[in-house]
Amino acid sequence: MAEVSATEPHPESAPSARPGPGREPEPGGESASAPAVIETRGLTKRYRGGQLAVDGLDLSVPAGSVFGFLGPNGSGKTTTIRMLMGLIEPTSGTARVLGRPMPGAARTVLPRVGALIEGPALYGFLSGRDNLLRYDAADPTADPRTRRERVAAALDRVGLTAAAGKKAKAYSLGMKQRLGLAAALLQPRRLLVLDEPTNGLDPQGMREIRALVRELASDGTTVFLSSHLLDEIEQVCTHAAVMARGRLITQGRVADLAAGARGRLVVTTPDPGDAARVLKEQGAGDIVTAEDRVTAEPPDRDLAELNAALVTAGVRVRGFGVERASLEDAFVALTGEGFDVAG
Amino acid sequence: MSRAETGTATVPAGTGAAVRSPRALWTLGLLRSELSVTFRRWRTLALLGVLAAVPVLVGIAVKIETGDGAGAGGDAGGPAFISQITNNGLFLVFTALAATLPFFLPMAVGVVAGDAVAGESGAGTLRYLLVAPAGRTRLLLTKYAAVLAFCLAGTLVVAVSALAVGALLFPLGELTTISGTRISFAEGLLRALAIALVVAASLIGVAALGLFVSTLTGSGIAAMATTVGLLITVQILDQIPQLHALQPYFFSHYWLSFADLMREPVYWDDLMKNLGIQALYAAVFGSAAWARFTAKDITA
Repeated sequence: MAEVSATEPHPESAPSARPGPGREPEPGGESASAPAVIETRGLTKRYRGGQLAVDGLDLSVPAGSVFGFLGPNGSGKTTTIRMLMGLIEPTSGTARVLGRPMPGAARTVLPRVGALIEGPALYGFLSGRDNLLRYDAADPTADPRTRRERVAAALDRVGLTAAAGKKAKAYSLGMKQRLGLAAALLQPRRLLVLDEPTNGLDPQGMREIRALVRELASDGTTVFLSSHLLDEIEQVCTHAAVMARGRLITQGRVADLAAGARGRLVVTTPDPGDAARVLKEQGAGDIVTAEDRVTAEPPDRDLAELNAALVTAGVRVRGFGVERASLEDAFVALTGEGFDVAG
Repeated sequence: MSRAETGTATVPAGTGAAVRSPRALWTLGLLRSELSVTFRRWRTLALLGVLAAVPVLVGIAVKIETGDGAGAGGDAGGPAFISQITNNGLFLVFTALAATLPFFLPMAVGVVAGDAVAGESGAGTLRYLLVAPAGRTRLLLTKYAAVLAFCLAGTLVVAVSALAVGALLFPLGELTTISGTRISFAEGLLRALAIALVVAASLIGVAALGLFVSTLTGSGIAAMATTVGLLITVQILDQIPQLHALQPYFFSHYWLSFADLMREPVYWDDLMKNLGIQALYAAVFGSAAWARFTAKDITA
């Protein structure tokens, strides 16, 4: 099944089926001025037990972006996604998807949204193809005359054509994940909401899915991607938001988020003690010495002078530079905790 | 589809709502899918198999009993019409329906209705149907229609199986009504069909109750067990004389009134009361299921 590359354009796939309107940036007829595909204001969900799952969320997902939605387990990501899809009623606040209010406008919004929520769910006694036929039949805007073709195209797109006739209960986790993705791709979509789309896939499958996400994004589809894999977000996403304990901590362009956390100065030297002393004199903070590596918060001055000061003081420098902050550094700086720690 | 999209693109001032407006006929696709999913389940087929087996067992039992030459002992009890089977195989239809209506048929309906929403919820498929978007009201109506289709299918399976067994084991011909008049075999067949339809209609109340229970829980097994449990409880309460005042409101109270179709002229009072109770249950529990399902947070 892996031989059908996800990067291979398919005649029935979104680009050709959607010549004009899909590329237009306006999300919905009435809100041509607002470019946000998802916009929430003070979105809050308190479950009946009194537990506050999502607390005053102001999320804004620009049209055409690949938006990474990050947060530890239990931080309210899934509750947010379910509210956006109209599955859960918010306790307070509003959510607009494609420019229209949810859950009120679900009937007009959701046919243009493909979703993979908390993993795939399938009818085990039906074949992969019949599962997709059923999900497509559930959409009253889906044309039954093109149903079989669209199902075949979606299966092909995720590389499941060969296994289409097999009962879904015999599928591996990765195949189920692919079938769930295929269900989200049954129609040309304006927005794809993908919750952990590479879960259970092997590295090759992950690469294929990432390529597919990029391909869809280049066609103009906005992709809202939740993931716990930071490098995945860094590789694929243009924008990201970070949640912790039900609150939105930050959102913006991935490049800006990573830049927000300052890089660290790294000096490699056989004289770490002297190096640390000189760095301190020069105004660097948070100095950490480990064998022949000294790292520090760089001071607000030209780093070339810093290097000169080291050399002048007789410190033998093997390496000198600033390590760029990764999204993970940014995340740890923002949440004050590792990624896998539950909020 | 693409034509509709370009349509809205050229009218940017529009509401943007009618991107791909659903066609009335397309919306029935879900019902077709629901029927095929319901009747392709192994469990549904097993239930229908059990229902088909009941008339076979009754027919063989009666045949063995009368094979001894003892005759089908007049008023020896047992389900209605059982004593007349040896004279006319058509009576096996009435007997089999009378035997399955109190328990087997409603139990099968309770299983299918209880699983209708809760089963999808438990498997997680409910959330994908709803974001498709199936629409909560549309999905619930589709589910109820499929359960009612199962009521009819289950009843017809019993009736057809009974007719086949009756024709194989016993003579067919003119038959005597409860009132003592004689009617032709053709009219007897028509009455049998009418009785089957009334029996199927008698299950409308249980179906609505089961669907309501199904919206309350996320576990298909729990919903099935609760529905069947309620069925048994009501059947027991219907036997307690002290509850005389309540009994006319039990969905099962007038079930056996279908026998009145075998009177000449037909005695309509209890038949109408039965259909009225079924309509009442459908209205009350259908509304309750709708109120619950459309307001429910789908967290599974």
